[in-house]
Amino acid sequence: MAGEVRLAIASDADLVQARAEARALAGELGFSRTDATLIATAISEIARNMVVHADGGEIVLVPTSDDVRSGVEVIARDSGPGIDDVERALQEGSGTGDGLGLGLPGARRVMDEFEIAANDGRGTVVRMRKWRVRDELERLREGRLNGYG
Amino acid sequence: MTVPILKQGGYLIASIQSALSDSEVLELRDSLAERVGTLRSQGIVIDVAALDVIDSFAARSLKTIAQTAKLRGADTVIVGIQPDVAVAMVQFRLDLSPVQTALDLEEALAILDERTKKGRANGR
Repeated sequence: MAGEVRLAIASDADLVQARAEARALAGELGFSRTDATLIATAISEIARNMVVHADGGEIVLVPTSDDVRSGVEVIARDSGPGIDDVERALQEGSGTGDGLGLGLPGARRVMDEFEIAANDGRGTVVRMRKWRVRDELERLREGRLNGYG
Repeated sequence: MTVPILKQGGYLIASIQSALSDSEVLELRDSLAERVGTLRSQGIVIDVAALDVIDSFAARSLKTIAQTAKLRGADTVIVGIQPDVAVAMVQFRLDLSPVQTALDLEEALAILDERTKKGRANGR
């Protein structure tokens, strides 16, 4: 299984790298090309917010799985000013920066799970996950590798 | 990396070769706006097939490029949006309208020919 990937996000050039790493990891984890693009786009939006509003931060991509699903968890953390009104920031067209306010709500829509903590005075933490259903064959194969088959 | 801009007849063709950072996208905007003037181009084709992500910034920038070019007298056609990128753009509710899009370069050139011909017929 692929390991976790830590990405320092300091400037807009780091977004290019973050998108590429996200896509590569999603591919390794068996996501379709379309899902990999959705994940990479969501990460791009989150990373840009970090660069524009918080002087950068860190994004960690963590492969995660259970019996029936396999997926990726994305944890984005910065020590910027946070977001006063999180609910408003999650509404379409609410942005004030370069993103036109579609980034955060878009990321929430395309990921399966999305949590944000941004108004406790300790920067912003976005935690989001996307899952894919593992097929029978894949589970059998893993069972064999683990000595159960 | 700098996006090569080729002149073909009265048109400019910007062929993006790899993923671009935000500042590279803005550089492309500026150099296209400048070249439209110096080369007296009536149309621009931007090939985005090499972009594997078009997020809100990229979508907005492509619109800005087309609007800037329009003010300088040139129409813009975007070509080569990948199928998975198109799906993601819909999911993120990003669109490029009113910028014209086409499947490939050939179709884009036909669109520009049609537009510039119409323009001339109307005495513009």
